[in-house]
Amino acid sequence: MATKKFMYLNRKAPYGTVYALESLEVVLIAAAFEQDVSLAFIDDGVYQIVEGQNPEGIGMKNFSKTYHALGDYDIKQLFVSAESLEERGLSIDDLMPLVWEDEDEDWAEKPSIQVVSNAELTKLMSDQDVCLSF
Amino acid sequence: MKISIQINEGPYQHQASDTAYQFAKAAIAKGHEIFRVFFYHDGVDNASRFTIPPQDDRNVVNQWAELDIKNADGEPELVVCVAAALRRGMLDEGEASKNGIDGNNIHPAFRISGLGQLIEAGIQSDRLVVFGD
Repeated sequence: MATKKFMYLNRKAPYGTVYALESLEVVLIAAAFEQDVSLAFIDDGVYQIVEGQNPEGIGMKNFSKTYHALGDYDIKQLFVSAESLEERGLSIDDLMPLVWEDEDEDWAEKPSIQVVSNAELTKLMSDQDVCLSF
Repeated sequence: MKISIQINEGPYQHQASDTAYQFAKAAIAKGHEIFRVFFYHDGVDNASRFTIPPQDDRNVVNQWAELDIKNADGEPELVVCVAAALRRGMLDEGEASKNGIDGNNIHPAFRISGLGQLIEAGIQSDRLVVFGD
């Protein structure tokens, strides 16, 4: 099967609507198809990977731990909009330290998250074969 | 061109399904192929055969059914995500009996399947067009 560049755009907060949870379900299933996968976190989507989520009080399942599994699925390109972080008073230090293990360097852990400008994101998106927007 | 469509919103509440339908109809009229329409999130509600709109309004479910999008084997290519469907009470006969539920509501022009069908649509199609918020 052909390999294409897939980008998943995550634009919504993790709770409040089901988009984030169901987007993550697509990403995990998609990993089995061995495509070139990246994720982008834009607008309120940046809240999906904020460290220390605790939705217990609102009776929702905390699925944020699942993002840590992305590296094991060989998904190691997580782009985060610098402007979206800044607009919300957040920085990369507020995000979960998501990593992937580099097989070629004795499984050294490397950061998956890259903070990029919206201009860079635009270019990344235009380089994709498929953009799925959630 | 081979086109697939993803619909992320339910009928009537949101125009996404209507717009996608108009798009699909226009694409077919121009000689393009609709490889697959994948219903996700609340989009799964577009497949309910129990939908009864007022008489002077469009029937979103039947509109899709009438497009009659099928593959070479004659199977419907209006595909409803199983995980999204089950958590919203959308069942076909197989899922109803598997889960011990005494009814089913998926329109026969649609079929339930997994998320892999969405990824496959992305791989096989020249374009995957997403409709929703």
